[in-house]
Amino acid sequence: MDFMGYKRTDGSAGTRNYVGVFSMVVCANEVSYRISQNVLDTACFLHQQGCCQTSIDIERVNTVLSNLAKNPNIHSLILVSLGCESSDLRRVVEEVSDSGKRIESLVIQENGGAAESVARGTLLAQKMVIEASTVRRVPCPLSDIVLGLKCGGSDTTSGLASNPALGIASDLFESRGATIVAGETTEIIGAEHLVVKKAINRTVSDQILSIVSKMEQRAMSVGTDIRGGQPTGGNIKGGLTTIEEKSLGAVIKFGNSKIREVCEYGIQPREKGLVLMDSPGREPELLTGLASAGCNLIAFTTGRGAPQGFPFIPVLKISANRNTWKKLSDHIDLDVSGIMSGTKGIEEEGERIFHELIEVAGGKRTKAETLGYVNSMDIYMTGPVI
Amino acid sequence: MESITDAIQINENDNVATALRDLQPDEAVSVKSKNDTKQIAISDLIRYGHKFSLSEIKKDEHIIKYGEVIGIASKKIKKGAHVHIHNVLSLRGRGDLENKDRIG
Repeated sequence: MDFMGYKRTDGSAGTRNYVGVFSMVVCANEVSYRISQNVLDTACFLHQQGCCQTSIDIERVNTVLSNLAKNPNIHSLILVSLGCESSDLRRVVEEVSDSGKRIESLVIQENGGAAESVARGTLLAQKMVIEASTVRRVPCPLSDIVLGLKCGGSDTTSGLASNPALGIASDLFESRGATIVAGETTEIIGAEHLVVKKAINRTVSDQILSIVSKMEQRAMSVGTDIRGGQPTGGNIKGGLTTIEEKSLGAVIKFGNSKIREVCEYGIQPREKGLVLMDSPGREPELLTGLASAGCNLIAFTTGRGAPQGFPFIPVLKISANRNTWKKLSDHIDLDVSGIMSGTKGIEEEGERIFHELIEVAGGKRTKAETLGYVNSMDIYMTGPVI
Repeated sequence: MESITDAIQINENDNVATALRDLQPDEAVSVKSKNDTKQIAISDLIRYGHKFSLSEIKKDEHIIKYGEVIGIASKKIKKGAHVHIHNVLSLRGRGDLENKDRIG
């Protein structure tokens, strides 16, 4: 089985074909945004980072921006820099150039300021979009799929129906050689004894326990109960009482495949198959992490109706809550509530998710994409702003 | 919401069930589990997706769902009562307890 994708020179395949306009630092966001607003088929990546942070976090900004730029859904890109930020423009340009992708940079302080930079960036982006538009979709094997898994706005239906169905879909991709990236370390707390059983070896098992323990300690270090933050107020209204309950329902979406690797946030996995990326559960940071890990497709289950998408990765929304489907049908792509009412089986709905994801990979638009609700993005930082 | 049962017990070891529609106080509801369906009298309003107890749960006893521990009872919970944050404590991520220990 194939999907229609954009084959890249490094061997990866895009499910979309955007010209990226990426901001190096929070101070360059507005110029980046205006350039992307001026030119169709650009994808803008903005964030609140890149300066006045610890060296560990600055290093992460550089790594994540480089990896986002290498994402197969980005045909070519413009990096917008203020000129005096801590993040390293030259390093990102070098790393991305090495991958063979066209990367241009625009430095606001060297281009006569914001308005002049917007004008130059707009004209440059226009040329690049025309060049990108000549690339055609070709049949690509499912092993080129890098699928990100996410659940958000969870309620009881997530653990009972949509996540088990997504687990089936995930296993179907795994059996065809695809890569599946799961994250949300916080939502393993209380379910780690089940997750480690999926680890391919002792090293991976130890790493899983280590990242979960560190995430829990990080939450506890502020001296409050995690409840209210995790599970969220919305999760609690939806019937989830504790982080343990939320986690037990969340990890079902990993399916039954073996976990082959544990990656740091935003790092591209070396292994194919199911891998785990250390990350928080919140959407902007997690979706960015998945994109940085190289995901070209994201499946997102929701109970209460999380609307988020990402600038250059299609995010397919799946809900098993019939009320949410009715109320938010402009955001939710797939209704799997038949599992809850007993009219549909988990297996058949899992297969439906699998086939729908292949359609989306081949170009079918998600609801978030059509509405332009695709700006859930930021980079996960571990230290203070200083 | 139309459903073939009122509530579901996911694992045979669970002491809570999940409502598949809004359940009214004093209603006798059917709870489906893997092997059978039983009737339980509900004492509270249980919203869709929320949990109620299948038996009396003593204070500090584990709350079991998916056959796994999801927390402990912070007070005695009668059979058929709503089980949620007002009577269940999480055992994880409790920075508040660590903080209290430090201060104490």
